[in-house]
Amino acid sequence: MRFCLRLLLRQLALAVRRPIEIGQPLMFFAMVIALFPLGLGPDPGSLAGFAPGVLWVTALLANLLSADTVFRSDFDDGSLEQLLLSPQPLFLSVLAYIGAHWLTTGLLLALVSPVFALMLNLSPAVIGSLVMGLLLGTAVLSLLGCVGASLTVGLKRGGMLISLLILPLYIPVLIFGTAAVQASLDGISAVPYLAMLAAMLCLAIALAPLAVAAGLRISVDA
Amino acid sequence: MWSFFHKLGSPPWLYSIAGTVLRYLLPLTVLALASGTVWGLLFTSPDFRQGNSYRIIYIHVPSAVVALAGYYVMAIAGAVSLIWRMKMADVAMKATAPIGAAFTFIALFTGAVWGKPTWGAWWVWDARITSMLVLLFLYLGVVALYEAYDNKEAAGKACAVLSLVGMVNIPIIYKSVDWWYSLHQPASIKFTGESTIDSSMMYPLLLMIVAFYALFTCCLLLNMRTEILRREARTQWVKKLAEGS
Repeated sequence: MRFCLRLLLRQLALAVRRPIEIGQPLMFFAMVIALFPLGLGPDPGSLAGFAPGVLWVTALLANLLSADTVFRSDFDDGSLEQLLLSPQPLFLSVLAYIGAHWLTTGLLLALVSPVFALMLNLSPAVIGSLVMGLLLGTAVLSLLGCVGASLTVGLKRGGMLISLLILPLYIPVLIFGTAAVQASLDGISAVPYLAMLAAMLCLAIALAPLAVAAGLRISVDA
Repeated sequence: MWSFFHKLGSPPWLYSIAGTVLRYLLPLTVLALASGTVWGLLFTSPDFRQGNSYRIIYIHVPSAVVALAGYYVMAIAGAVSLIWRMKMADVAMKATAPIGAAFTFIALFTGAVWGKPTWGAWWVWDARITSMLVLLFLYLGVVALYEAYDNKEAAGKACAVLSLVGMVNIPIIYKSVDWWYSLHQPASIKFTGESTIDSSMMYPLLLMIVAFYALFTCCLLLNMRTEILRREARTQWVKKLAEGS
């Protein structure tokens, strides 16, 4: 447990020392959000209609693209191999990597999303359910994304492949995330949808690290 | 029982037993497919609302059923190869992915062909259609991941992990897509449910489903035999086989 915590702090320290890399998913998020009004037209009414979907799809893509790099540098310099050889439980170590990824992407995306939601003319009343949904949902996305990352980390051209592998698995999160925002737009409680997202998060925390650990062993052996 | 299980791990044995099974199963499959098609297309009465276009059900439904079952075949084969390190399970898993993708594509394509005259659109974002599309991507993901690895042993393991992750996810995806549809769209489209189908239309359909399962098995065995030969190309028994024929 202690080792896991230190690993988490190490990953966070590495991230903080390269602030540009933390900023990249956020800038990607902002850029893609800015593309939608250009493509769909600047009419505030129709933008508000598209806003939940646009915000969620963009968060999903930003998460996916950053997941690709979680294990890359540690795989290249061999520290991942040392981690696999060490007696520490791999389940917890993997969870530390995933946690660090979520803290540096998903959490920040959720925190900045109100700004973009207002820019897309989304009603301020629903921002609570958007942020809560993103907080829970991006954690699930990080867990699933790391499964894809662990399977493709040994490959030269993993970038495109990881989207094909992982995007189908992201669909339930997208559906419940947008449904939560839509529900509070319609004046219904968003809690059932957020509860479903939380349930998915519990399931993913229990199972995804196993798949990531297996994937890392395969990638290091290959 | 156990000796049978152990023999399954032996490539020459599996190769020959697959050949024996195919010798009997292949003619039966062709017979069942032919009689089911003729029965369904010529000897059933047309639907009173859809006319003759409903007859595509005899290809559409069986291929969809087999496409869904195929994923479980692939995932279970993957699990067996991961847990017991059985090479032949790995062969089965690799052989299933393209076949499953083909059946899924057939189901989607025939659905689109039927949808144009009936619904007036090639494609509708309906829950079932969308989840079949996702299934196609899951199959293609496994194929693509296998091809991306140079080390084929690692490729098999990686695909096994991926198909297991997919298997956990399929019920969730299926349910969530179901819910998504019922939330956002009015129920303007109605499927003719299985229970409301007339028995004169159902018996040929059941025959076709059995025939498609048999067809899937035949394709799988043929694909597995090819894969076994490819992997064992340098062994004595394959050389003997090649010289013998």
